[in-house]
Amino acid sequence: MYFGFRNLSVNYGKKEVLRALNVDIPRGKVVTVIGQNGCGKSTLLKTVSKAVMPKRGEVIFCDKKLGEYAPKRLAQQIAYLSQVHESPPDIDVRTLVSYGRYPYSKFGRGMTRPDAEIIDRALALTGLTDLQHRILSTLSGGERQRAWIAMTIAQEPEILILDEPTTYLDVSYQVEVLEIVKKLNRELGITIIMVLHDINLAARYSDVLMAVKGGRLYAAGAPSEIVNEKYLKEIFEIEASVYTDPVHECPYFIPLRTTIREK
Amino acid sequence: MSTPVVSPSKRRKTVRLGIIGLFGALSILSVFVCTGIGSVEFSVSEVARALFVEDDSTARLLIWNLRFPRVLVGGLVGICLSLSGCILQGVMRNTMASPSTIGVTGGASFIGYLTLVVFPAYAYLLPVGSIIGAFVTTMLIYALAYQKGVSPVKMILSGMAVSALFSAFNDIIKTFFADSLGNASGFLVGGLNGVGWSSFQMILPYAAVGMFICAFLPSRMNILMLGDETANALGLRTELFRFFLIAVSSLLAGAAIAVAGLISFVGLVVPHIARLLVGSDYKYLFPASALLGFTLVTVCDTIGRVILPPGEVPVSIILSFIGAPFFLYLLRTREGKKG
Repeated sequence: MYFGFRNLSVNYGKKEVLRALNVDIPRGKVVTVIGQNGCGKSTLLKTVSKAVMPKRGEVIFCDKKLGEYAPKRLAQQIAYLSQVHESPPDIDVRTLVSYGRYPYSKFGRGMTRPDAEIIDRALALTGLTDLQHRILSTLSGGERQRAWIAMTIAQEPEILILDEPTTYLDVSYQVEVLEIVKKLNRELGITIIMVLHDINLAARYSDVLMAVKGGRLYAAGAPSEIVNEKYLKEIFEIEASVYTDPVHECPYFIPLRTTIREK
Repeated sequence: MSTPVVSPSKRRKTVRLGIIGLFGALSILSVFVCTGIGSVEFSVSEVARALFVEDDSTARLLIWNLRFPRVLVGGLVGICLSLSGCILQGVMRNTMASPSTIGVTGGASFIGYLTLVVFPAYAYLLPVGSIIGAFVTTMLIYALAYQKGVSPVKMILSGMAVSALFSAFNDIIKTFFADSLGNASGFLVGGLNGVGWSSFQMILPYAAVGMFICAFLPSRMNILMLGDETANALGLRTELFRFFLIAVSSLLAGAAIAVAGLISFVGLVVPHIARLLVGSDYKYLFPASALLGFTLVTVCDTIGRVILPPGEVPVSIILSFIGAPFFLYLLRTREGKKG
């Protein structure tokens, strides 16, 4: 197994959030986890960053459990971007991006020239070269999010995990962020695993959708296999008309009504 | 945009290094000036002569045996408390944290008193006792108040409660075991009155180890400031690192308390001023705080020494006059804003 979750169970107190969940992430794809609030999709990703400890089961990378890797070694291969970011109020963009090189730092050795070049490239990929000396907190929400993504690019990961990267952003910034994510996948071959709320955007930008319901993997497949009337009703409790976008050949839907009250 | 300009971040870096250089110069200057001021005044050149030329003059006696060690001890105390405050503010992710605000000083002096009472023959172990006390208290406050960063209110309140408890214990010990408390004057009274070379020898090893460790912390501290989730994902073992930081800050605070007793506000005020001037990057914050702490304590001690002759005002009182209003100001304007 390249990357995935095996028999993963997570409890918050007595509440079961994930129940013996098995997921196999295909290498080199954009994989998006979708599901309703509280279905456990963010919790799933948090088991990778160790913000959540599983009760049973494990996260697998290259046939080994995550715990078997040294933390810095792992951070060189898997980058993780949390949903909410914290940073000192006076940090500038380039400094933030440079923290992506921390997993490669050695005792008593500063930044090297290759490090600086990698940071330059990460800034260029996210269109931040001209903003690199600006103070992070003076930037727009979209620019800030790009800076955080640039930090994860500087880690030179094989896998990039993003927990709701578009939350709190205007729609134009949402598209901008997802365009960057797509570029990272197509140009650098980075495997992307993310959680998105917007199903139409997920269908537009993903190779594989994974739908989580009740702490289990409910369905997985190409967007055209997942975004249909049946699953929208079963997973999201809505009735919707589903169409296909002829340009990108991806499905999209217009909601009609919710089915929650009918129960 | 055609003229090549120095990039803003490079300029920021130059300014920060300049400020640190200035602080360095100020702390060296403070040694000479503060050594010269007193009931007998000496010029800077007389002080320099007394420090570097060994003879039987009164200047040599007064400066080398009394004032110089006192200035050095005060400086080291300032460095230790400032660095300890810097670290605590990072660990608690809260800029209101410092050894005095969270009750560490109370815990440290309690174990210090116990050490003196139970092992009167081992008074030189006083720093070890106060370091252990500082460590236990910090862990206690951390456990009581930590929840994804420490809420300022919870932290200050638990700090107050813990301080009150320990000061009650301390009063009991002072009342019933006055005889055993012997000659650890600075520790008991609080302040630098009468400290000499023996105090310097007592604090130096602990202070040196603490400062040496701090030199290796900045990059990890900066990563820790990104929050546990991000720091973990970047490969930092946050739980282990935070535990280590609490130990280092206790080492520094405990060492300072062992020679100078309860000195409040240095650990709070100095990191704040340093952060305002050089920013929150620990690469600059540590050296700036250390140098500023050195200067602040030596200068305040000198003020206390000369302000009401022939008596002396303990340095802790002078610092409280400066620190308490500053603390209230912070509480009002920032509500201990995270950062």
